[in-house]
Amino acid sequence: MTRVLPVLTVLAAIVVVWYLAAVGLNMNWARQQLERDGVTATMPALIGNTMAQERPVLPAPHQVAAGLWEGIAGQKITSKRSLVWHAWVTLSATLAGFAIGTLAGGLLAVGIVHNRAMDQSVMPWAVASQTVPILAIAPMVIVVLASAGVTGLLPKAIISAWLSFFPVLVGMVKGLRSPDAMQLDQMRSWNASAAQVFWRLRLPSAMPYLFASLKVAIAASLVGTIVGELPAGATAGLGARLLSGSYYGQTVQIWSALFTAAALAALLVLIVGWIERITLRRMGLDR
Amino acid sequence: MTNANAADPVIEARGIDLTFPTADGPVHALKGVDLTINRGDFVSFIGPSGCGKTTLLRTIAALETPTGGALSVNGMTPDAARRARAYGYVFQAPGLYPWRTIAKNISLPLEIMGFSKPDRAERIARVLDLVDLKGFGGKYPWQLSGGMQQRASIARALSFDADILLMDEPFGALDEIVRDRLNEALLELWARTGKTIAFVTHSIPEAVYLSTRIVVMSPRPGRITDIIDSPLPRHRPLEIRDSPEFLAIAHRVREGLRAGHAYE
Repeated sequence: MTRVLPVLTVLAAIVVVWYLAAVGLNMNWARQQLERDGVTATMPALIGNTMAQERPVLPAPHQVAAGLWEGIAGQKITSKRSLVWHAWVTLSATLAGFAIGTLAGGLLAVGIVHNRAMDQSVMPWAVASQTVPILAIAPMVIVVLASAGVTGLLPKAIISAWLSFFPVLVGMVKGLRSPDAMQLDQMRSWNASAAQVFWRLRLPSAMPYLFASLKVAIAASLVGTIVGELPAGATAGLGARLLSGSYYGQTVQIWSALFTAAALAALLVLIVGWIERITLRRMGLDR
Repeated sequence: MTNANAADPVIEARGIDLTFPTADGPVHALKGVDLTINRGDFVSFIGPSGCGKTTLLRTIAALETPTGGALSVNGMTPDAARRARAYGYVFQAPGLYPWRTIAKNISLPLEIMGFSKPDRAERIARVLDLVDLKGFGGKYPWQLSGGMQQRASIARALSFDADILLMDEPFGALDEIVRDRLNEALLELWARTGKTIAFVTHSIPEAVYLSTRIVVMSPRPGRITDIIDSPLPRHRPLEIRDSPEFLAIAHRVREGLRAGHAYE
């Protein structure tokens, strides 16, 4: 209870602020509408209207909740109106991108740690890749791959990997270098090969760093996938849902998709954290 | 068991120099070190910090390369000796991997050196017995006390039957009582195995109690100021530390250390 109470307090505060903001932001439209309908603009009527507009500037929390419920439980999950279906489309590309990104980041880190030339050349490019806005890269990747006949999941996964390889790279370089001088001398005194040092010392030592990176990377993967769904008028996925919502001013739809994406991100980070706890506890590193 | 009196040099150093370049100019870690360690010797290196005792041990282990002089281990260069796995090195910290059990930790160098699985199991059982840790093979390092962890690390260094044991302040982080017990155990182990041991310490009683020879060193530049051959018998109960012979050697070591300091 002592842990739940502060969370609930903050949540309640957010909801209150949200309602107040909804009233304020939707007031203009409410006033116009009541005027058109010839109804006297009393305060209760105005506030009631701000809570129930079809395309509010800021939908009230209960409208988003209803939109979410409708999108998740009110449809067959195979329906194109189902948020579950869209979430699955996004999730599959996210997981593929996460896998590609983690693999790429891990391999680059191994190269950087073991090869002097890579150590001096790869990192600046990796940093540069992250300073280019992903919104600028995403359409090009989609267009280039589409002209090569590659569409669907893969282009999105590549954009997702573009964002997720970086935290893995940085974390793994740090992790693979975390064994101290004594541990490396010890290996040297046994005349261990670089491969033996890697598998028996460097990789296990890097685990805590890897998991910290994976938590960042999985969230970044999701962002990358959603960004990848925006251009080229994608018709499926949470990103497409966001885009069509903004085309048609369906703010409730936008917010529902946003919340679904947030919940998905939270769930993914939670799962990674859960695997982290089990793995590190088994390795005796969770202390 | 080898005959310790027969002069059979295992480690020979002639005029070893080691200079580290630093931002403030070169640092002479070792200068003109001459030393012979015979088979079956227990040699301690003692001196204040910065005297090069650990550096000397590391050059023997080929973890540092001397900038001058000649050094041979088992008649080879130190690096060839390292490749031939001529020595086991015990560091200041146990350096056990937390994700491996004690048995698996001892197994680590054996896996690296390519010992077969049944051979590994046999060796692990033998060295665990040797350091009195029988029955602890399945435990994880954090389940053991500091003294037990250091014993496990000694077992690991013994597991592949190197003739030389290089020990760098292995008991430095332990309390006096544990240290006494481990010193006693180490002497017993040395008597049973007939290893040649080079042992770095900054404790005078420890050096005198353990060693057949005590090498007194002094800093800036790191060098040997005195080499004392101990007249104490090889078999040494802890009580020997109250004998006049013991106190006389301890006195000489202390004088040697003081003289080294007065040099500055």
